[in-house]
Amino acid sequence: MFSYYLDLAVRSLKRSPGLTALMVLAIGFGVAASMTTWSVFRAVSGDPIPWKSSKLFVPQIDVWGPQGRSSDGEPPNAMAYPDAMVLMRDHRAKLQSAMYQISPSVVPAQAGRHPLNVSGHAVYSEFFPMLDVPFLYGSGWNASDDTQRTAVVVISSKLNQKLFAGANSVGKTLNIESKDYRVVGVLDNWNPQPRYYDVVNSGGFSATGEDVFLPFERAIEVGMSNDGNTNCNAVPAESGFVGLQHSNCVWIAYMAQLDDAAAVTAYRNYLDGYAHAQQQAGRFGWAVNNRLRDLPAFLDNQHVVPSDTKVSLLVAIGLLLVCLVNTVGLLLAKFLRRSGEIGVRRALGAPRSAIYAQFLTEAGIIGAAGGVLGLLLTGVGVACVGWVLPKSIATLARLDLPLLALTLLVAVVATLLAGLYPTSRAARVQPAWQLKSN
Amino acid sequence: MEIRPILASLRKHRIPALLIMLEIALACAVLCNAVFMIGQRVTDIHLPNAIDEDGISVVTVNGADPKLAGSDIPRNLAALRGIAGVTAVAAVTSMPLDQNPALSPFTATPDAKSTVNTSVYFIGSGGEQALGLHLLEGRYFNADEYADSGLQDFHSTGHVALVTQSDAHRLWPGQSALGKTLYTNATGWTVVGVVADMLAQDPKFNRAEGRYSSVFFPLHPDAMMGDYVVRSAQRDRERVVRDAAQVLDKLQPGAVVEGKTYAGMRDEYFATTNSMVWMLVLVCVVMLAVTAFGIVGLTSFWVGQRRRQIGIRRAVGATRGHIMQYFQTENFLLSTAGVVMGMAMAFGINLYLMRHYEMMRMPWYYLPGSAVALWVVGQLAVFGPARRAAAVPPVVATRSA
Repeated sequence: MFSYYLDLAVRSLKRSPGLTALMVLAIGFGVAASMTTWSVFRAVSGDPIPWKSSKLFVPQIDVWGPQGRSSDGEPPNAMAYPDAMVLMRDHRAKLQSAMYQISPSVVPAQAGRHPLNVSGHAVYSEFFPMLDVPFLYGSGWNASDDTQRTAVVVISSKLNQKLFAGANSVGKTLNIESKDYRVVGVLDNWNPQPRYYDVVNSGGFSATGEDVFLPFERAIEVGMSNDGNTNCNAVPAESGFVGLQHSNCVWIAYMAQLDDAAAVTAYRNYLDGYAHAQQQAGRFGWAVNNRLRDLPAFLDNQHVVPSDTKVSLLVAIGLLLVCLVNTVGLLLAKFLRRSGEIGVRRALGAPRSAIYAQFLTEAGIIGAAGGVLGLLLTGVGVACVGWVLPKSIATLARLDLPLLALTLLVAVVATLLAGLYPTSRAARVQPAWQLKSN
Repeated sequence: MEIRPILASLRKHRIPALLIMLEIALACAVLCNAVFMIGQRVTDIHLPNAIDEDGISVVTVNGADPKLAGSDIPRNLAALRGIAGVTAVAAVTSMPLDQNPALSPFTATPDAKSTVNTSVYFIGSGGEQALGLHLLEGRYFNADEYADSGLQDFHSTGHVALVTQSDAHRLWPGQSALGKTLYTNATGWTVVGVVADMLAQDPKFNRAEGRYSSVFFPLHPDAMMGDYVVRSAQRDRERVVRDAAQVLDKLQPGAVVEGKTYAGMRDEYFATTNSMVWMLVLVCVVMLAVTAFGIVGLTSFWVGQRRRQIGIRRAVGATRGHIMQYFQTENFLLSTAGVVMGMAMAFGINLYLMRHYEMMRMPWYYLPGSAVALWVVGQLAVFGPARRAAAVPPVVATRSA
């Protein structure tokens, strides 16, 4: 029976090719526009470390008081050096790391090669296990390297390719800012998006990964300056990088791993205790106003998803709606015109369900055709998305299987829904009346 | 034209009529907001910038030895001056639209607070001419001021500053800014000149209030000056920027040197905005086309359904024009209803976007504007089917349907 309906539907669609093409095009465009933007939206609003994000926490301490808060009462989103150092020293979380963005120059060993500016972060040893950073060769450094300020470095596979031709470079030396560093680890491809460990400084997204990671205290000792944002509520009393370290300027990102609710409560109490102590010491003249958000909540709070992406998703959904309403109208026009045919079928004994089956098959065919067109256009759209959005975000948008399935599903379900009303109208046609007037 | 028969007939076709209205309403709502977004972004892209955008090129030097800046910079500048076609050169710390903002709040009284983030520019000797600033009041920096002014923690150790026209109006409304003191916390600088508005280093970040908020300080050669501004005639700039990058690459072998024309920098800054505009335009066009085709489809259906009635009307004396008018008026009524609904929806969407997405309030004229657009689309769409209806011969009435 289904093949008969299929045949009927194809015949009927062939009878009005213009109208059919119109419906298929409308659905195709609507689906393609919304799916393309949705793929981008999903890419940027996705969880960068889903298996662990609920255990990673970003503490915020109100070092500036009411004057420095934003209008919603939020404390600064980064940390001042003195506070970060106390938190590191107290070491209350299972794993934790203070970090700041650096941009040192690296001088290749080969003669005649130009020095490179590379970007990276100064971090503590626990950074690597905390974020499950994958290594190609070697590993991170250990806690004693942190305290002894050893000249060690972890480099990206890209930098390893450039400087050591991709060979295992663990143990080799690298000249960074005219000092020799021993390579202890080479990362596997690792460029999480958004760059969740330091969204404040990196703006969230970056097409190029980071090339070097150095021990935090080593970088401080050699005066490797901060390449990320520095926010101050007052001019530092002393000058230079050392002055920055003694000031209340915020420029350090901080992340801690807390495995269960008890650990979170304990850490929250510890933060509040620290703020109280600072209050008593006279440094903070205001009520405790700390925050301890887990990673997804922090990313949301920092508005990491660019608002242009959200707005374009809304616009595309609007377009899909217009296309669907339009398809409903056209299907209605098409189906209602065939009341004579329905009358004949009903008079010959076809039950209503048969009429439903016939017309929903026809609607489904249009949906499927629209979906396939939408699929092709979505493919084109995702390929061209770099033309519309920043490169760092566009590279994240990928056409994958679930997206393809969703495209088809949306198209077919949408047209079936669109076909439902005209079909119910068509099935209700009185056979006698139709036959008489013809 | 009598509209009562039209209304009576529409009452018989409630659902299709409602669908056309809904389609027009949705299209109107989305169109209003999309066009408003396009407008805002186009304004951003064309924001005026009172420097010589066509003649300037910028060569950025990264990783030069900071200790040698005092001797390197004058030597580099002299070499750049030697390039044919170069009319002015200077070293500066940053450029408008270079996306690397150095911001500071400035106030008219000491230790006050300001919510505006002002872009801070430190310019080397001749920077005013190299950038092509427009002096409106007062004077530029003199040689002594350049020689005396250093940099400490991103604050000028000199005593003078230039401000933009916008900042002069904002900080000292109704007065001349000349001779006034500009403060950050307790430190003050005397305003010696007012220049025409120049864009901030990152206007998207600074938002509307900080877009033209800039302050200039003089600076003797300093390691913080990483940008060399090279000014030439527009037709020479491509060659000049290439030569300049080569010259500096040779003089600073350990550094990373990159040259760009300012026009290129501006395009780069607004590239994503520009693409967003094209995407929105595409969406609007597709949507209007879909709406128009939907109207064509439904009206054609109605025409097909009413052939007999049209024939009867023709047989009892209606002209072709009457039939055309009937369908056109019908469409006009539906469009009007749809547009009224659509304007309410557009307003609601705008309020929602304002609350959640930092959108501005839509000026009222966008609503009637897109209403007119949809009326026109509706009339164009209905024209074909209406003509086909008018072509129905009166003899149809005599045939049994």
